[in-house]
Amino acid sequence: MDFYLGLLQIMGVHTLLGLSAYVVLQTGQVSLAQAGFMAIGAYVAAMLTVLAGWPLIAALVVASLVAGITACLVGFPALRVHGLMLVVATIAFTEIVRLFFFNFDYQISRGNLQVGPLGGEGFRQIRYFPENGWTTLHVAVFIWTVVALVMAALWWMDRSRAGAVLRAVGEDEIAAQSCGINLTAVKVSAMTAGGAIAGIAGGLYAHYTTHIEQSNFTILLATFAIAYPILGGLSSVFGTVAAVIFIQGFLVEGLRFLGDWRNLLFGALIVLVMNIRPSGLLDARTMASLRRLFGRKEG
Amino acid sequence: MLELANLSKHFGGVRAVDSLNLKIEPGQIFGLIGPNGSGKSTTVNLITGLLDVTHGSITLAGEEITRLPTHVRLSSGIARTFQNIRLFGQLTVWQNLWVAENARAQRERTNFFSRWMGGDRGARARITRALEFSGLADKADELAANLAFGEQRRLELARALAAEPKLLLLDEPAAGMNPEEIGALDDRIRQIRDSGITVLLIEHHMELIMAIADRIAVLNFGQKIAEGTPAEVQAHPAVREAYLGTAG
Repeated sequence: MDFYLGLLQIMGVHTLLGLSAYVVLQTGQVSLAQAGFMAIGAYVAAMLTVLAGWPLIAALVVASLVAGITACLVGFPALRVHGLMLVVATIAFTEIVRLFFFNFDYQISRGNLQVGPLGGEGFRQIRYFPENGWTTLHVAVFIWTVVALVMAALWWMDRSRAGAVLRAVGEDEIAAQSCGINLTAVKVSAMTAGGAIAGIAGGLYAHYTTHIEQSNFTILLATFAIAYPILGGLSSVFGTVAAVIFIQGFLVEGLRFLGDWRNLLFGALIVLVMNIRPSGLLDARTMASLRRLFGRKEG
Repeated sequence: MLELANLSKHFGGVRAVDSLNLKIEPGQIFGLIGPNGSGKSTTVNLITGLLDVTHGSITLAGEEITRLPTHVRLSSGIARTFQNIRLFGQLTVWQNLWVAENARAQRERTNFFSRWMGGDRGARARITRALEFSGLADKADELAANLAFGEQRRLELARALAAEPKLLLLDEPAAGMNPEEIGALDDRIRQIRDSGITVLLIEHHMELIMAIADRIAVLNFGQKIAEGTPAEVQAHPAVREAYLGTAG
């Protein structure tokens, strides 16, 4: 049972990470900075609960704010470049954050124990959940409550004019400008929202694993972040969840019996899915027929 | 309404637009014509700010806009269509107009919720009007990419009108249309003018422009070679030369 609850926790955090990239991808920007924002969220939240003794929710809110503000500041210069240059710039950002935490020591004495981040050793003893008597089930429910709230907010945004404006920018920047849309403002807002969501993902991640280190937040994690919404389709937040279940549940866990062959098949299956469903697991047409199924009119 | 003073755009040694002076009076349909490569589209891109001017100035309703960024100009009362249609294909017809109407909401400084959530009743009424005017009322929930070519052209026009502009720039709106569609377009452009919107019409289709323009300027090699009423322009020797080659 604990195995499945643990899997649920991983899926929840990865869904949030995927959603953080989803917002940015809607404006047509490919950002590999999401792992960096997640790292910032993880360290900030863990330091607040462990070193400052804050309650978890307050720590998550501040972690989200710090990651969001960082994303906003990074967004201004980064979004001046396009396409591949933006990919390179955001990879650089994720690496900078990772190397910062590689060299970041801030430990205090707690009884006979030293706690806090210790460079390459990482940040151990993030024991908020066990200390406060949360079971694995509590944690899984809490994580998915947060996921549901973020999904509801994004689902609502998709239906609002703000959502249409984000997609318009992603479709055609010149036409969007010519409709009076401030491209910089829209892109930086999307980046900020994405950063804030990645910050929450990081905060949750730090607390359920109880141990974080810089090597958790690599470019590989950033590629996962953009792979989820791309594989799932950009027409709905549910696509991202579907992709996380497919990758984390089916590919990573379900194929474990294959041993070393798993990694080989993993890549092949993603390529296969992208070929069968080029616009994502849940594309606009699937969403339209689902809506018809539930008898709701679009718009 | 719009005044271009000594406007120039040079690409390296090429003078795409060269010391152009134009004055467009409010309530007119002003036609801008010229052979291929004469600088018509460059002029539109200068007016909308997609290109930076080399020198000269652009004044809209008495305010200089030469250095303003594109989105500020376009949300302050200019709207345009594109020669090669640029719609938001994966958005519905309604959403295309919804995005554009935001410019008007910004101009009027309506509150945050009606700007970004879009629940405003006035906005819905304006979008519906623009759709009905363009004959797309029954297509509101279609994806723009799924529309037929003529419908896409009409949608672009509707999108431009949704922001209730003071000045409308039409960049070859008849390109690729059949005579029947051109006839309908003709009526629409007149109705737009009669509703008080100034129109700058860039067009290859001579018949259309001669029929509906109140005033015409002719460009060749980035310079204005003639300006006047349709009849005056048609009779102008420089115009005949530009279009038909050197006359005997």
